[in-house]
Amino acid sequence: MGEATLYGLCGAALVGLGLFGLIVHPQPLRKILAFNLIGGGVFLLFGAIARRGAAAGFGGDPVPQALVITGIVVAFSATALAVALLLRLFQETGQATLHLDG
Amino acid sequence: MSFALDALTILAVSTGAFFFLAGTVGLLRFPDALSRLHALTKADNLGLGLVVLGLLFQPEELFAGLKLVTVWLLTLLAGATVTQLIARTARPGGAQE
Amino acid sequence: MTDRPLALDIGLAFLVLGVAVWTIAARDTFAAVVGFVAFGLLLTLVWARLAAPDVAPTEAAIGSGVTGGLLLGASTRLHGTQTPAPGEKPGAILRLAAAALCTVVSAGLAAIVLLLPEPAPTLAPQAATNISATGLGNPVTAVLMAYRAIDTLLETVVLLLALVGVWSLAPDRVWGGFPGPRHHADPDGLLPFMAQLLVPVGLLVGIYIFWVGSVAPGGEFQGATILAAMWVLAMMAGLVDAPAVSRRWLRLLLVAGPAVFFAIGLAGFAMAGAFLAYPEAYAKLLIVTIEVPVTLSIATMLALLVAGPPERALR
Repeated sequence: MGEATLYGLCGAALVGLGLFGLIVHPQPLRKILAFNLIGGGVFLLFGAIARRGAAAGFGGDPVPQALVITGIVVAFSATALAVALLLRLFQETGQATLHLDG
Repeated sequence: MSFALDALTILAVSTGAFFFLAGTVGLLRFPDALSRLHALTKADNLGLGLVVLGLLFQPEELFAGLKLVTVWLLTLLAGATVTQLIARTARPGGAQE
Repeated sequence: MTDRPLALDIGLAFLVLGVAVWTIAARDTFAAVVGFVAFGLLLTLVWARLAAPDVAPTEAAIGSGVTGGLLLGASTRLHGTQTPAPGEKPGAILRLAAAALCTVVSAGLAAIVLLLPEPAPTLAPQAATNISATGLGNPVTAVLMAYRAIDTLLETVVLLLALVGVWSLAPDRVWGGFPGPRHHADPDGLLPFMAQLLVPVGLLVGIYIFWVGSVAPGGEFQGATILAAMWVLAMMAGLVDAPAVSRRWLRLLLVAGPAVFFAIGLAGFAMAGAFLAYPEAYAKLLIVTIEVPVTLSIATMLALLVAGPPERALR
């Protein structure tokens, strides 16, 4: 199961990358992008675990895969709400920033 | 016989990959959005068509081959529509409603 | 899938990480969003390599497609506001500290991946032995609609709540109005013609992917996303206008899926003794009865989430 470990490590690296982007970028839209990157990394971790659970004629354990599908949909709904909030903030204040001073 | 089929597959898929490469070079090197779209659609549709053609040489049941061709046709149609959408906003006059 | 050569996987993993680094490091926000869309499509390839043929189309459609569309629209609207003010950019110390923290987090997760137990615990045998009772042939659909149906029910409710949240962000004067700008179909243009060709074909493909999900890779979320994409395309080509969010039929369409799901769940008390339990003889029928309205509702929710909050007032 070499590829499961490989992509699991890739997922771990993605979580770290996304977390860095989340902390370092001041623009909210970049933070939303980084948040989705973290989500992708977490899903890859699930995928690695699912791949390792291949048994009974299936290529992977179907339960983590179904959880990932649910996770992708929920991540999209969170992103949609976050983007709508950001656009409303832009409409109201004319800037897209979380550091409003005066 | 199967060696000839495999050779044809490799030839067709490699040519398709070359067209994908050409499209990507066009994407990177052309000056503006409209010419990049031109490069992408010409190269990627032909590239995908050649890849599908190469895969058709592999022994599969008829239905699977038909599905591959359908995928290619759908990609053509979807690509053309999305290109129209992008070009509408990218043209020099901007999006004129 | 065992003992496959790893060269392709190593290359793909490096490509995924490279595009992720580009997404984080790009100066221009639009470039970062494009990188993110490419990242999602590369993840689709990774899912195919991980023997997850149901997750791969979901990642391509929802993770990369709809999310990418939403973020591209947002980045276009916010164009010109994305250069950070001098007081906002983090200093070198914060960057170093963040890099150290993220390295620790990644290293911890990598250690967990490398120390996973052998032999790997798995629920696949239990999924396989009970799947004949559900009448389905796709184990992931069986998990989504039978073993963990409560998760799927709550997921549809989460989508609906997100949509309500997005709608509630409309300013008072356009409350209950039409989302998004009005796109006019250019009568001499190619786009309405191509859209008229593509939308029926896309609807057919979406319905097929939903229907085949009971026995082959596919399912309601992938099919619903394609249906939603066709609606969004029709709106953008000017073929139809976005419906006003206060329309009764629209709200019925949105609620129908979760309502039917919940009703059949409650009926499970009477039929088989627990919430969302199916009697064995009718399992497939009940699952399909749930799936059809859920697919329609989710397609509507996804299309409206992309369309956004109302921007034009009701007359």
